[in-house]
Amino acid sequence: MAENLLEVKNLKKYFPVKAGVFKRTVAHVKAVDDISFAVKEGETLGLVGESGCGKSTTGRTILRLLEATEGKVIFDGKSIMDLDKKEMRAVRRDMQIIFQDPYASLNPRMTVADIVGEPLDIHKLAKNKQERNEKVKEILENVGLGEEYMNRYPHEFSGGQRQRIGVARALAVDPKLIIADEPVSALDVSVQAQVVNLLQDLQKEYGLTYLFIAHDLSVVKHISDRVAVMYLGKIVELTDKKELFKNPIHPYTQSLLSAIPEADPKKKKDRIVLEGDVPSPVDPPSGCRFHPRCPKAFEPCSVKEPEFKEYGDGHFAACHLLDK
Amino acid sequence: MNFLSKEALVEVKNLKTYFYTEEGVVKAVDGVDFEIYPGETLGVVGESGCGKSVTSLSIMRLVESPPGRIEAGEINFDSRDLTKIPEKEMRKIRGNDISMIFQEPMTSLNPVYTVGDQIMEAIILHKKVDKKEARRQAIDMLQKVGIPLPEQRVDEYPHQLSGGMRQRVMIAMALSCDPQLLIADEPTTALDVTIQAQILELMNSLKESYGMAIMMITHDLGVIAEVSDRVAVMYAGKVVEYTDVDTLFEDPKHPYTWGLMNSIPKLDKDVDRLEAIPGSVPSPLNFPEGCKFNTRCPLAEGKCFEEEPPLEEAAGHKVRCWRYEDLEEIKKRGERIYEDRGVQK
Repeated sequence: MAENLLEVKNLKKYFPVKAGVFKRTVAHVKAVDDISFAVKEGETLGLVGESGCGKSTTGRTILRLLEATEGKVIFDGKSIMDLDKKEMRAVRRDMQIIFQDPYASLNPRMTVADIVGEPLDIHKLAKNKQERNEKVKEILENVGLGEEYMNRYPHEFSGGQRQRIGVARALAVDPKLIIADEPVSALDVSVQAQVVNLLQDLQKEYGLTYLFIAHDLSVVKHISDRVAVMYLGKIVELTDKKELFKNPIHPYTQSLLSAIPEADPKKKKDRIVLEGDVPSPVDPPSGCRFHPRCPKAFEPCSVKEPEFKEYGDGHFAACHLLDK
Repeated sequence: MNFLSKEALVEVKNLKTYFYTEEGVVKAVDGVDFEIYPGETLGVVGESGCGKSVTSLSIMRLVESPPGRIEAGEINFDSRDLTKIPEKEMRKIRGNDISMIFQEPMTSLNPVYTVGDQIMEAIILHKKVDKKEARRQAIDMLQKVGIPLPEQRVDEYPHQLSGGMRQRVMIAMALSCDPQLLIADEPTTALDVTIQAQILELMNSLKESYGMAIMMITHDLGVIAEVSDRVAVMYAGKVVEYTDVDTLFEDPKHPYTWGLMNSIPKLDKDVDRLEAIPGSVPSPLNFPEGCKFNTRCPLAEGKCFEEEPPLEEAAGHKVRCWRYEDLEEIKKRGERIYEDRGVQK
């Protein structure tokens, strides 16, 4: 079995809520609240959940773009939470991120060659200008963009092409892990498939490991090996993707799966429509955070927080029902 | 259900809506035809820039002018042509006979008025009732769209509600005057999937109880499959395929529809690679000659580059393609038509 490339242990990220004249901290948004998981070398772990569940915060905290409140991130056998700025920069060569919005994540005043070349400069991976250009050209070709695009600016590209530039920038430093934060959700349907195929090809080609963050379950199912489902700052279920889609054991996963409209009019599903909205992470419900919306909640759910543990071969979940 | 036996509620004929910009003429809607029958849901599906939203704004006569203009065509509704009637008459239809809900409910609700005031505005305007009665009806509507504690919520402001609740308020507002047609422009795109399920369910049940027709505009084939009776697939300002929902998903005849369906991953089927349509939608400022899909179509040849195909009748479908019969052959052989374009080495 492959080694763990990334291990996340009891990760917490709280954002202070400040109020009053002295901006005292009156509460915390518990965006990520004690989650643990591991990503094996060469695999794709999907992280899904609805808006506000903490999936993007998780990605950013792992990269230390946000400082964690508590917990450990072990990358390639090394704990990275205590590294200083310089050491962290060296680690970032091995862990890169692709952002959701290809319009906002590329500097409009830089040419494509400079956008993709910048990480090469920062990590001093090219000896001279010529070598840098050669490398940029090669990377752009790998993501399906020709040489002729090198001196153009981001606004001259379509959404799909911009996302290819974002992928090229992440690839430039030859990373081991790529955190892809909703990489296709801003793209048109027909273009989504291009980028998904590209990411899969690159993974094979370079032996990349992905943490694929998305809200679209069907895309996550297609690209992932294993999937973790988040709800209000917690992972509620984590398992092999086939197992998750065939045999979801957490009531939230079950309702999430049944809520997806499928492109097949013949299929009339037994839908579990959840009542109400996702509660606020500032003051999350007591016990199990899903209990106010859970169709199967019983006595212990509102009192005691369920433990996240294994129920059969690599299938993790946090739900009192499973211990009943 | 067979809607076709009834008379159409809305009949759009050769609609053309152009925008005159500094860079040139944008032919956002360029000859669109379809009908909506009473009580049915017509799904309009397409990607950004295909003209689906402009089509709906044209029906509502909400296209900003200048730069936009309904250039040609007819929109027949209730034995009137909406493109010809004076604005004063249109105002009586808008919000009364035809209502609309939008993608982002926060930008369509006024933040400085309570939701009650906003629902009452439409009721007072169109139904000519007093304030007290309007308020009673507003509370009644909020209840019908499933908002808990409507007596309390009616006095709240939009920012106090969640995204799903706001969309419910929009629906309450749209339905308050008992319209014959509800145009829903990507009503669930900004919502989470569990909330989307709630809203779609609500719309389906309201459609039944009100007996209204819905024009559902979306880019999501899943939503289309879920709610539509018939579907119009749009590409580059034109309808390229038009048929009932079962036929469309069973037997798509246009290469674009086929590509769209195979480019989305399915929950119940595993494929190694998605069939991606190459390239992207051409700019409306310079659409290609001939069939507008020819820049991305793997079947395009000769005639496709010279002459635009008509929307032709084909076994229960209407399809705008010169080569749909060839696609049929390829489908029979079980082949993929879109080549893989990933890493190019």
